[in-house]
Amino acid sequence: MSGDRAVVGQNLRKVDGVKLVTGRPAFTDDIHLPGMLIGKILPSPHAHARIKRIDTGKARALPGVHAVLTYKDVPRVPHTTAGQAWPEPSPYDTYLLDNKVRFVGDRVAAVAAETRAIAEKALRLIEVEYEVLPAVLEIEQAMASGVAVIHDEPDSTKIFDREHNIAGYILREIGNVEEGFRASDLIFEREFRTGRQQHCPLEPHVAIAWLDADQRLVIRTSTQVPYHARRQVAMILQIPVSRVHVIKPRIGGGFGGKQEMLLEDITGALALATKRPVKIEFTREEEFYMARSRHPQILRMKMGVKRDGTIVASQLTVLATTGAYGSHSTTVQGNTGSKVLPLYRAEHMRFECHVVYTNTPVAGAFRGYGCPQGFFAQETLVDEIAEELGRDPVEFRRQNMIRLGDIDKLSAQLGEGKEGLPRHIRSCGLPECLDRAAAAVDWDGKRNAAGGPAHLKRGVGMAATMQGSGIAGVDWASAFLKMNEDGSFFLQVGAADVGAGADTVLAQIAAETLGVSLDKVVITSGDTDITPFDVGAYASSTTIISGGAVRKAAEKVRAHVLDMAAKMLDAPVDKLECGDNQVYTICECRKAVSMAELAMHAMYKEKTQIMDGASHFNTDSPPPFCVTFAEVEVDTETGKVRVLHLVTAVDPGTAINPMQAEGQVEGAVAQGLGYALIEELLLDGQGRPRNASFLDYKIFSAKDMPRLTTILVETDEPLGPFGAKSISEVPINGPAPAIANAIYHAVGIRLRKLPIRPEDVLRELREKLPTL
Amino acid sequence: MRGTSGVLIMKTMQLRLTVNGETRQWTIAPGDLLLDVLRREGCYGVKRGCEKGECGACTVLLDGKPINSCLMFAAQAEGCDILTIEGLAVGDVLDPLQEAFLDHGAVQCGYCTPGMILNAKALLARNPHPSEAEVRETMAGNYCRCTGYLKPVEAVLAAAGRAPAPARSGRKAVKR
Repeated sequence: MSGDRAVVGQNLRKVDGVKLVTGRPAFTDDIHLPGMLIGKILPSPHAHARIKRIDTGKARALPGVHAVLTYKDVPRVPHTTAGQAWPEPSPYDTYLLDNKVRFVGDRVAAVAAETRAIAEKALRLIEVEYEVLPAVLEIEQAMASGVAVIHDEPDSTKIFDREHNIAGYILREIGNVEEGFRASDLIFEREFRTGRQQHCPLEPHVAIAWLDADQRLVIRTSTQVPYHARRQVAMILQIPVSRVHVIKPRIGGGFGGKQEMLLEDITGALALATKRPVKIEFTREEEFYMARSRHPQILRMKMGVKRDGTIVASQLTVLATTGAYGSHSTTVQGNTGSKVLPLYRAEHMRFECHVVYTNTPVAGAFRGYGCPQGFFAQETLVDEIAEELGRDPVEFRRQNMIRLGDIDKLSAQLGEGKEGLPRHIRSCGLPECLDRAAAAVDWDGKRNAAGGPAHLKRGVGMAATMQGSGIAGVDWASAFLKMNEDGSFFLQVGAADVGAGADTVLAQIAAETLGVSLDKVVITSGDTDITPFDVGAYASSTTIISGGAVRKAAEKVRAHVLDMAAKMLDAPVDKLECGDNQVYTICECRKAVSMAELAMHAMYKEKTQIMDGASHFNTDSPPPFCVTFAEVEVDTETGKVRVLHLVTAVDPGTAINPMQAEGQVEGAVAQGLGYALIEELLLDGQGRPRNASFLDYKIFSAKDMPRLTTILVETDEPLGPFGAKSISEVPINGPAPAIANAIYHAVGIRLRKLPIRPEDVLRELREKLPTL
Repeated sequence: MRGTSGVLIMKTMQLRLTVNGETRQWTIAPGDLLLDVLRREGCYGVKRGCEKGECGACTVLLDGKPINSCLMFAAQAEGCDILTIEGLAVGDVLDPLQEAFLDHGAVQCGYCTPGMILNAKALLARNPHPSEAEVRETMAGNYCRCTGYLKPVEAVLAAAGRAPAPARSGRKAVKR
């Protein structure tokens, strides 16, 4: 769809690429401030306990210690750490520091000291007497009567049913599923379970806070949500928003884990207490259990179909745990229904979900945001139904899937913690995604092929998925542009590039609109003192929402440029065009003025700064579509599953930078592959993490990766800038169900629990074939 | 160690080494990690990812060999020649690996990039034309959570003069 565009649709280098490949100081921790102290958090050793007595005397007395904070020293302000638009739909159930701890790793106290060694020693000198409480570790026990109440504090709010540890509850229905099941010829119902995956950004969470010369609190932090973090920190520390300055430098990966106000509040509190710069940086171990993870779920999926293959009714019932705090609890789980069920056009749909507290690490936003769980259930069940009906899984999906012109009504019922807005399908590349991905994996050939050595069985499987592009009616962004003497433009956006390439894509949108080359756009992003508001990097919103704001701002500035050129060239505006870093007439006279000449004229003759800004939001969230095909080899002697080939075809609307878009797909696929086969944060019987290191919690390395094929099926989305939708999340949903379905094709067993471990495969194989 | 006044006393020592072609003499504590000393002295391209030698983000070349600087005491680098990412480009002229990483979209967040490029640099020095399998084997020590490794592997092969797989989008990367 790039057409004759000079910048949009081109594989341009990342605008921040050179500083990254040369290792220049660009990340949060790449500065050193004179007098900077090191902060450390004392993590709870108990899953559930009340602090009966805490004595910080010895720690405070240790030379080099500048502050020790406990719940006695800080304001008690119930809040959520979820970096969401105000008013956040997540419960206000979290405190800067509290007299109760609710998971192993919960904050007990915080220290700031001259060195890390002194800070760590100070932690050991804090004397804490705990009243250990019964812990609720199992998701299925959480709602039972008589179990411990995790949030018994009186001042938390927005908890659905604290007595039964229910953080949130969702029930939505379209049509009447019971009627739908009665009208069905066949009904299928299965239970699925998913694990606790951790984001594993290569850069663990880090924040540095200090008071500037005006005594304003500056927080340089690895965040996806600078503006939300500013608002939340101001509320928690009880200082005006105007006294807080949040800076988002380059970020070493977020994937949702940094859509949290996680270290900013406590680092800020220590800086205020010591009047010194303070840095808190999670170790890798801390990142695993003190940061966030993906919500584990137990899903019951039920579908009713006619013999002709029509899906009549579809029902998903979910029990999920948010861990000890309700960060993103109802919103992640809401997505499990609203983004998953409408992929198929069942007349009757029902989604019910309980999100429960447990004394386990806190779940939060994670790429896919509830969809990987839901699609694992739905796409595995749909494969089983197709098999039962004797239908090809691709053709069965093609018959039932959502299509151009459809309206997804479930989204109207299920918004961001409230009623949402209906989704109109204005662009849909799903059919082409199916065709091209099937061809790339040789679906028809491999589906019917048998063979391989006796103990190595090969199979192919697939899954179809979708996501959103921003949160309809909630996400919004703004952008500001001003022109410089040399004909370049400064672009200021609140959007938060966390490594996915937002700065490049947004600069491309501005450059294309203004008719200048990419080097003429200098972007600054994610600084609350300098850039205008943006909700931040989440919900696949940046390209479509922030990009929409950039497009609008650039169109306004383009109009100012044309007005100026009209004066200079003595030509009517409607006969002028921007391109090649100049403004030129499109009539016979062929006059032109360069952007640089125009800028000098505007500034020094007309005394005018060419500048403008714009805000943008959408009332709809156009879904990007994706299909994933997997070819696997199952070793029937060991249960080991080797993925040979993963083909992903995605409809992202227009790919503003196709090379970057492919990179988003490949990265998401690698994470989805880990989720499918190996990644799970495990807890012992006391709620302590068992594998909080890369040695024990493996992620895929270059050597482990299967062959990847990425196919971009571009469409033209009317609501997106230059037709763009989104791409970063949707490809993570497919690998797990596609692999599970390929395993079935290879050896005839259904795996319904993630991750799919060799021991599970072997056990299922032995149940199916006891002679093995 | 604690002195009579209760103040922590750190023994210090002098470390002499070459970093990015320049001779350096630094005052360090015997227990300082090479990672920490390099960062303290301004080599911020050496990244902290795990401090356990599991992720490769802190990779530097020590006498031409890739090592995890989090697994080595700075004192052990006495007399050694260290190359960090800051020393790879010659002035403003990027190393072919750096160019290839940019052209192939192999950089996303960029946090693992210095370690990956340095590891690849050492690989190409001993094996100028590695196979894809050899590249993947070598880079197994550099975790990346953003790219799925496809584009970094392509970039290394391209820098080695091996024709990379054609860009699937059919549009070649262009410099800005």
